[in-house]
Amino acid sequence: MPYSSGWGGVKVENQAIIEAEGLTKKYGHQIAVKNLNLQIREGEVFGFLGPNGAGKTTTLLMFLGLTEPTSGKVRVIGFDPTRDPFHVKEKIGYLPENVGFYDDMDARQNLQYIARLNRIPDKISSGRIDESLKVVDLLEEVGKKVGTYSKGMRQRLGIAEVLIKEPQLIFLDEPTIGLDPDGTNRMLDLIHSLGREKNITIFLSSHLLDQVQRICDRVGIMIKGDLVAMGPIEELAKKKLGVDKEHYTLEEIYMKYFKEA
Amino acid sequence: MEDHFSSIRFLLISALIVMVGVIIASMVGMGIQEESKGMAKPTFLFLWLFTSTGKLFSFVQFIGFFGPLIGIFLGFDSINRERVSRTLSKLLSQPIYRDAVINAKFLAGAAVIAIVLVAIVLIISGLGIRLIGVVPGSEEVLRLAIYLIASILYISFWLGISILFSVIFRSTATSALASLAVWIFFSFFISLGAGFLADAMAPIGQSGAGMDPTLVVKHEQVQRTISLLSPMTLYSDATTTILDPMRKTTRSLILMGPLERLSLSRFQSPLPLLQSLFIVTPHLVSLVAITFLCFGICYLVFMRQEIRTV
Repeated sequence: MPYSSGWGGVKVENQAIIEAEGLTKKYGHQIAVKNLNLQIREGEVFGFLGPNGAGKTTTLLMFLGLTEPTSGKVRVIGFDPTRDPFHVKEKIGYLPENVGFYDDMDARQNLQYIARLNRIPDKISSGRIDESLKVVDLLEEVGKKVGTYSKGMRQRLGIAEVLIKEPQLIFLDEPTIGLDPDGTNRMLDLIHSLGREKNITIFLSSHLLDQVQRICDRVGIMIKGDLVAMGPIEELAKKKLGVDKEHYTLEEIYMKYFKEA
Repeated sequence: MEDHFSSIRFLLISALIVMVGVIIASMVGMGIQEESKGMAKPTFLFLWLFTSTGKLFSFVQFIGFFGPLIGIFLGFDSINRERVSRTLSKLLSQPIYRDAVINAKFLAGAAVIAIVLVAIVLIISGLGIRLIGVVPGSEEVLRLAIYLIASILYISFWLGISILFSVIFRSTATSALASLAVWIFFSFFISLGAGFLADAMAPIGQSGAGMDPTLVVKHEQVQRTISLLSPMTLYSDATTTILDPMRKTTRSLILMGPLERLSLSRFQSPLPLLQSLFIVTPHLVSLVAITFLCFGICYLVFMRQEIRTV
């Protein structure tokens, strides 16, 4: 297991890896995130749901320390991302929506650049680059310029890039958006295996419900900046659709919340 | 920085400048060869290579005019290209400080500028030595070095301007156009505008007969003051004085008193380096100041910007 050791971070068993308390972000008069309370345990795959513009990306950016919260507290892997973004960024991976690469470099050069920014010595990083390219199944394409990659390949390369720094926690912002069915399946399997086999905590934001249902342990539903529900999917189903209902989809639950909001 | 050297854009612009440099050097060099034939070589002949206008313009004028373009080309898309290709948010989620990004962009650009300029000056010097057969003295080398530093600062100022626009504007085309607009404004319109304003504030007749001398002086003063607002004037005043030891002031003849004129015509020996430096110290200090001011604004704007990707 290449990712089983050497993270060096704060190792805690089943403890909250993300903690948010009363987290609020305003842009002028517009409230993007309203009084968010949230706890993510180590090792879980969390699905963060909501329509476009619900404040999912803003929340992610606050967790990363790229945006300052207007009020409230956050702790990510034991650090405050606003005060101490350096330590947070060292140990978490972030895959933005529609991630970009330097198109005139090949896959290895792109990953190497990120490795250098993370101060990983070249000796160690070249092994890790091979490893993570293998995980995302891109080893054969490694010599091609990234500009020629398909959307699915770019997204998988994005995952490889995140794996380079051996993170404890990965934020994925709409990782399957714009992918064809095959690409989506590969992506989901990949995310699933990262969570299960490598025990990386995964925080996934999406509005594609059936996918989230397939791979997530717990979900949170955010609508217009409000976190309206949080918990395992079965629990939410019981609460919203009635105890007796056997076959439910996340979509039903979601629509119920959406209409109420 | 690797980026800059391998880009086609950079190759084009530096090829152009090297070419023009070489052409000017050989043109001027041959001119000097011809002129100085059969007579004792004047002092500081070597510096003529850079300041003599030959048939069209001198190298110094050329850099003063087109140097800003190098700066603009190196900087105009530095931040917003990362934004457009969506690498900026990824970059900032790595464990680096945010200012490292903008510092690196500026320093890499400045380093490239320095390398290009030093290379060109060396090429011209080499050609010049071959053509006119004069080896530069230590003072000439020093003067050239100061000229180089001033030029690097001057072009870095334009680099700063273009990086600033690339931070402000989301589209690379807009930032390129904005930087070019500023360049055109300072290169053409300031001097035009200075003339107009001076005419308006102190109108002098075209005929030249019966002019009020105080009015002429005022006209000249207004024009000078306004054109000093342009970094290009600052730069060209500073560098021509540095490179031409015979030049003893940056002021025009009209503004001098009779005694000053008299002393200028009496003492025709070249100024020592230190004195030339004294004359243009304000110019050089202003150049440093605007360069740092420009970068400072860039830095502040970039640090305060929200990193929303969409």
